[in-house]
Amino acid sequence: MAQYNLTINGKSLNVDVDPSTPMLWVLRDHLDLVGTKFGCGIAQCGACTIHLDGNAVRSCQLPVSAAENAEITTIEGISEKGDHPVQKAWLEHDVPQCGYCQAGQIMSATALLKSNPSPSDEDIDNAMNGNICRCGTYTRIKAAIKTAAKSA
Amino acid sequence: MKTASTKINRRSFLKVSALSGGGMLLSLNWLAACNPKQAETLTMPKEWFQFNGFIKIGENGLVTIMSPNPEGGQNVKTSMPMIVAEELDVAWENVIVEQADLDTKYFTRQFIGGSQAIRSGYTNLRTAGATARAMLVAAAAQSWNVPASEITIKAGTITHKQSGKSAHFGEFASLAATMPVPEEVQLKDSKDFGIIGTSKKNVEAKNIVTGKPLFGIDTKREGMLIAMLVHPPAIGKKLKSLDGSKAKNMPGIREVFQIKSLQDDYKRTFFDTAQFTDLVAIVGESTWQVLQAKKAIQAEWEIQEGYEEKRDMFGREGIRVVPKGLESSASQEQAMIEAAKNPQTQRKDGNPEAAFAKATKIIERSYTGPFLAHNCMEPMNFFAHVQGEKVECAGPLQKPELTEQALSSRLGISLENIDIKMTRLGGGYGRRSYAHWLIEAAVISQKMNAPIKLIYTREDEMTGGIYRSRYQATYKAALDENNELTAFHVNAGGLPENPLYADRFPAGAVANYLAEGWEVPSNITTGSFRAPRSNFMACVEQSFLDEVAEAAGKDPIDFRLELLAKAKANPVGERNDYDPGRFAEVIKLAKEKSNWGQDTEGISRGFSAYFCHNSYAAQVLDLKIVDGQVKIDKVINAIDCGLVVNPDAAKNLCEGAVIDGIGTAMFGELTFADGVASKSNFDSYRMIRMKEAPAAIETYFVENGEDPSGLGEPAYPPVFAALANALYKANGKRFYDQPFINQLNS
Repeated sequence: MAQYNLTINGKSLNVDVDPSTPMLWVLRDHLDLVGTKFGCGIAQCGACTIHLDGNAVRSCQLPVSAAENAEITTIEGISEKGDHPVQKAWLEHDVPQCGYCQAGQIMSATALLKSNPSPSDEDIDNAMNGNICRCGTYTRIKAAIKTAAKSA
Repeated sequence: MKTASTKINRRSFLKVSALSGGGMLLSLNWLAACNPKQAETLTMPKEWFQFNGFIKIGENGLVTIMSPNPEGGQNVKTSMPMIVAEELDVAWENVIVEQADLDTKYFTRQFIGGSQAIRSGYTNLRTAGATARAMLVAAAAQSWNVPASEITIKAGTITHKQSGKSAHFGEFASLAATMPVPEEVQLKDSKDFGIIGTSKKNVEAKNIVTGKPLFGIDTKREGMLIAMLVHPPAIGKKLKSLDGSKAKNMPGIREVFQIKSLQDDYKRTFFDTAQFTDLVAIVGESTWQVLQAKKAIQAEWEIQEGYEEKRDMFGREGIRVVPKGLESSASQEQAMIEAAKNPQTQRKDGNPEAAFAKATKIIERSYTGPFLAHNCMEPMNFFAHVQGEKVECAGPLQKPELTEQALSSRLGISLENIDIKMTRLGGGYGRRSYAHWLIEAAVISQKMNAPIKLIYTREDEMTGGIYRSRYQATYKAALDENNELTAFHVNAGGLPENPLYADRFPAGAVANYLAEGWEVPSNITTGSFRAPRSNFMACVEQSFLDEVAEAAGKDPIDFRLELLAKAKANPVGERNDYDPGRFAEVIKLAKEKSNWGQDTEGISRGFSAYFCHNSYAAQVLDLKIVDGQVKIDKVINAIDCGLVVNPDAAKNLCEGAVIDGIGTAMFGELTFADGVASKSNFDSYRMIRMKEAPAAIETYFVENGEDPSGLGEPAYPPVFAALANALYKANGKRFYDQPFINQLNS
């Protein structure tokens, strides 16, 4: 076990965990930030997507020891009132079905729009390729990303 | 206007005390999300007055509607309360929705399954709303001393026009809740609906997009431990010996032990399927610690002998034969070929043998479908806390009332002492009908004497049984010299489940018809998978009919319409389970909306239509192949599910079914080698991703005034064949074996 000082959603937080512990489980088990989801554990489904210094990463493959000295943002931290343009677009298009993958989808989408404010269809396909939705909400996700791009 | 009796399911409409529900905070969030103005003016009431199992009204006019069924993405948590609100005549903006707990005293059929929630709940939900409405009218009539017949209600406001009196619901809630429950209530004419048939946003959307703890896997309690399981490395093996000492000494690990979930002699119901009942449990303080210890388990496994499972199949005694062996795909295929030679006749009309003998042309084709894993995005999990004679459980499951009996029996604790909270399901698709993990969680909690949350890894789930069965079908059609379909023969079976629906189209439309089915026993467990059996039969039947139409030199849509016209005018047999008139209408709608017949350069079109779960779906799929990659431009859905409660949400569901179906048809596959599943996670089990989804999906509903029927499943099965038929147009090859990617890559 080791002490880590992390910067998550603008707050400084301490955890005492094994250095190999992935950020996914640090967030979920130790910090009660359960919006970040467990889906596959091998970075193939995107349900656990968070931002590390603004980039979308799969938190199931990010050991806590590699997350110190970085700015971490989770779904709980992208807006204070749930009114980030991407979140608003998700509501406007009524995207979710079961909803489980959507936090990860939103984290990938917000990272995309930050680096590429007017993405093409192909840009969106590529940026979202790591996020699986078994309910099949992809067409609405894509429409919502386009709406968010326009409103941002 | 229709009269409904409150005597049926009467408990649902009686006053109840202290119905629990966990949605207070959630619902307020929703109000803030969707109706900022309302949230400012309507705060939570000081007091709630309970009318019946579904409705409580606050003194300020706010109404809480309990959503009885679990929510797994089909949006019933919005659409079921909409139906109650319609008959209550409350403004939707003043409705809070809460998830009801499992409570078989007050609610009927708290299930997800078979696309039946709206269809079977429709009258009950309306009656609940109308009953509370009648009680509000009675209270106002008594207070104002006017005839009840002169009182009107609109959007939560009670009015007596003659005296000019008016009040909101809250002002009479206290008195109305004490009024006698009427024996009969009037239900609205559908032309007077103001909420049903309008698009309402998902009541939980704001919580989903902000990452609130909605799912079973998000459950947390003081002192809760994490549990995981190790199951045998192959289906057909069982635990011989366990050495958990190394794992137990690892950091944070409390205990490693063997558990028995269901007892061997327990008479299982249809939904008590479990692949493994002897498992190794690892319990510790945090998930990562338990995951590490799981890898350190040292166990020996041995071949499991064959056995028989006692079954109670919906009241009928049954036996499931579980053979010994480590199955492989090739040996399964051989067993299926043999079984297909000795099928059971399920339906026979006319004289198919003679008609085939006289045929001018015979078309015969065989089709296969592999095992499929459900791959719900939320891995299986459940929370359980067994404290002496009391059990508290929480988590995602589709049929809680069918699982609690097995739980009660296993723990030796009566049903009254078992409390099951239904969390949102991160996908179900049939997998969460089989809730062995709830029993496993409770058994572990009982042993540990602590609250525990059981979590399956993706690998546990994908290699641990309960799949869609492996299927095969052979179709044969006879055409006469005029290219009329004179005989039709289907021979279908599965390992272990027979997928055949003998009374579905084209049964009823062909004078000489033979349907035969067969099964091969297997120790691999299977279960419901989105649109069970239909998900294979629609694909193969609609692919075959496309080929028969071509052989007959007919347009595929015209060919089906001709057959349906025959089935309507002069049906063969009496058990046909579809309405040929409704079926034809939905096909015509797809034809019209897709401009069928007007071909676009470079675009290949496939058509398919199917009836299942009481609803009809017809689809046109447009694709092109660019640099060897399949690009789907558009899918047109025409759907007849009767009255549509929440149109935009219904479209979302149909869009999802199309994408899910395309993905499964193209990529879904699980095979076996010596009892070991070929894939264990999403690195090898390919799921459809955004770039493979159709660029556009349009959905149109038939408006025919019928009561609502199912929608979670009907758009899923036919799209497999719409894709196969379009692929044929694009590359000239028919697709007989799922997944199609194997043939595209070969």
